[in-house]
Amino acid sequence: MSEISQAQPDYNYKVVRQFTIMTIIWGIVGMGLGVFIAAQLFAPALNFDIPWLTYSRLRPLHTNAVIFAFGGCALFATSYYIVQRTCQVRLFSDKLAQFTFWGWQAVIVAAVLTLPFGYTTSKEYAELEWPIDILIALVWVAYIINFFGTLAIRKVSHIYVANWFLGAFMLTVAVLHIGNSMALPVSFMKSYSIYAGAVDAMMQWWYGHNAVGFFLTAGFLGMMYYFVPKQAGRPVYSYRLSIVHFWALISLYIWAGPHHLHYTALPDWTQSLGMVMSVILFVPSWGGMINGIMTLSGAWHKLRTDPVLRFLIVSLSFYGMSTFEGPMMAIKTVNALSHYTDWTIGHVHSGALGWVAMVSIGSIYHLIPVLFNQRAMYSTKLVNVHFWFATIGVVLYIVAMWMSGVLQGLMWRAVNADGTLTYSFVESLEASKPFYVVRFVGGCFVVAGMLIMAYNTYKTVRAPKGSLAAEPAAA
Amino acid sequence: MSMFWTIWISVITLGTIVGSYLLLRWNLTNFTGHPEGESMGHEFDGIVEINNPLPRWWTILFYITIVWSFFYLALYPGLGAFEGFWGWRSSNQNIQSLEESAQARADAKEQGLIVQYDRELDYAAEKFDPIFEAYAKVPVEELVNNEEAVKVGQRLFMQNCSQCHGSDARGNTGFPNLTDDDWLYGGTGAKIKETLTNGRNAAMPAWIDSMGEQGIKETVAYVLSLSGREVEENHDKLAEAGKARFAVCAACHGMDGKGNQALGAPNLTDNTWLYGGSERAITETLTYGRNGVMPSFKKTLGEDKIHVVATYVYSLSN
Repeated sequence: MSEISQAQPDYNYKVVRQFTIMTIIWGIVGMGLGVFIAAQLFAPALNFDIPWLTYSRLRPLHTNAVIFAFGGCALFATSYYIVQRTCQVRLFSDKLAQFTFWGWQAVIVAAVLTLPFGYTTSKEYAELEWPIDILIALVWVAYIINFFGTLAIRKVSHIYVANWFLGAFMLTVAVLHIGNSMALPVSFMKSYSIYAGAVDAMMQWWYGHNAVGFFLTAGFLGMMYYFVPKQAGRPVYSYRLSIVHFWALISLYIWAGPHHLHYTALPDWTQSLGMVMSVILFVPSWGGMINGIMTLSGAWHKLRTDPVLRFLIVSLSFYGMSTFEGPMMAIKTVNALSHYTDWTIGHVHSGALGWVAMVSIGSIYHLIPVLFNQRAMYSTKLVNVHFWFATIGVVLYIVAMWMSGVLQGLMWRAVNADGTLTYSFVESLEASKPFYVVRFVGGCFVVAGMLIMAYNTYKTVRAPKGSLAAEPAAA
Repeated sequence: MSMFWTIWISVITLGTIVGSYLLLRWNLTNFTGHPEGESMGHEFDGIVEINNPLPRWWTILFYITIVWSFFYLALYPGLGAFEGFWGWRSSNQNIQSLEESAQARADAKEQGLIVQYDRELDYAAEKFDPIFEAYAKVPVEELVNNEEAVKVGQRLFMQNCSQCHGSDARGNTGFPNLTDDDWLYGGTGAKIKETLTNGRNAAMPAWIDSMGEQGIKETVAYVLSLSGREVEENHDKLAEAGKARFAVCAACHGMDGKGNQALGAPNLTDNTWLYGGSERAITETLTYGRNGVMPSFKKTLGEDKIHVVATYVYSLSN
């Protein structure tokens, strides 16, 4: 290809390194918090009667930490890397890159310093108060300028599909964040949303579901479109499939929010539209999975030897599973059973741990040797151990929540011959307890895997440059 | 909803779905200028894209969901103010009272609409009302021997009453214990039903203005003495003065302080206390008054279910 010169441009890897390392650190913090509050659900005494250790305060910290700290840093790291490599040009601005890094870390630290102390807007996944919201908006605009600026000065004629997804993710998240966080401040750390009632609920879930759709799906599909073909050494399966599923995905996802509000005061027509679009969305969602997995055709044998590729492909399987499950749960009749139960929690985590975390971990294992001038990670065996820890952990987690969720749904709707409810709420809670223990165990596996990753990364970073070579293939 | 918004919603909804269809059709043809199964001719950091056709089963799946969406939006509400040909809705809208709800139910039935909530109410009424009707024919004092009926009453109690009176019906501060045979308004089947049907509004007035702090102190001492207790200092003198003041209290609680069920005035001699029997709690009651409210369940439960709940409550102390 004529536009590619032999010598690599002088890429800005500094910001990629920074975000990559912080991804691992925030991953351990966020997932560790998750394990802690999971334990509180069957052993409530673990809040030690300290207000800022209670479930209600730490749960939003957990969600913010895993989505925006872990997931966010992973997206920053990989998008900065991908956009440079696929445009064959250094980042548009090193200064903006540093601003996004330190700004984003400041946002995360601000979350840690406010959420446990009860400062919250009470909007799910948008709990941070208005001064932090403003900082997020500033960092995000800088991110957009830097990313699109780099696209503008690219040295190749086309824009690679990964960048379509990353660009869509950035632009939409900006709109979502600013739209949903509109609020009137009444003091330094207190504000009131400008929306009220059913409109507020609708705005919140328009934001909430597209945090899933654009932050956790489109962004990570961008990651997938670079690292899967790269790690597999195979061409992307279908260019045309990527066109259809990209445009269909981003235009359908934005409608799906109302399925979080089935059987509420939201008007019937809004609920119907949310459900219809969610069901159609199933097909373009699977387009991404097909394109990723079929990219492996002719290279399936690599799965036997390459745990990094295994991370990436298993993440796509979880992606396919959750994007089938999601549209199904958006159907009103199914939702009547699943809503407000642990099934939702299981669904979220098959997406968050199975898809988002695994694709990020796989990508980072690909990245670290490149960023720190090595041929391979310090130990491929440990990568493999991490893979199994992560897989076992996720499966335990999801299966426990499925069982608990369906059980809750069935218990809540069970009626006696006289029409009275068969079970009280607390009876369903009691029935869930064993599953909460299993979920906790699953979470421990996931966090243990992350600690192994941190150790492996530390050894790789500290090793003399170029000293690590790929290990002989382990079966 | 105005016509403008209906058109707006319909255009962007159908536009999105039709757009998806056109997108799919467009990509089913090989417009790329490269042969199918071969590279697209561009490379990004070593990544090549193949011009493979869309998987057939996936394309069919896409068609199915698109066709289904048109059927769904034709049958159900979705396109703005268009209510759908099937006449389905989740519930009647803009209801402000039970009367309006009943009216809306009747209207919807007449128009042949399918209102899901109404349907579920009808279904429940058809299936469960006969059971309660049969129970309601047996007096509470007799029905209490029917174990099944008591169980049904208990379940209704759990769902409607336990929030205040507790799962074990032993009450809480401000909410009477229903198991102890100490009744504010009477514990016969008829009285319990009366309480459930019409609710109760207790009115213990605040005495601070007319009695003053000293007066309250004296009255508290006397009230404590009714259940054989004393305040720490100067009891006899305070209680003596309090006895004189008790005349106003006697209007409801009786000269002997044994209360009056017709007024819901508690017996003050038995050491059972709704708001606490400590000197401090009684001082607070006398100073600020108490206005306990038992809501009416006439509209929410209906007479027959009230009869069964009353039976359960009756069973607790009999």
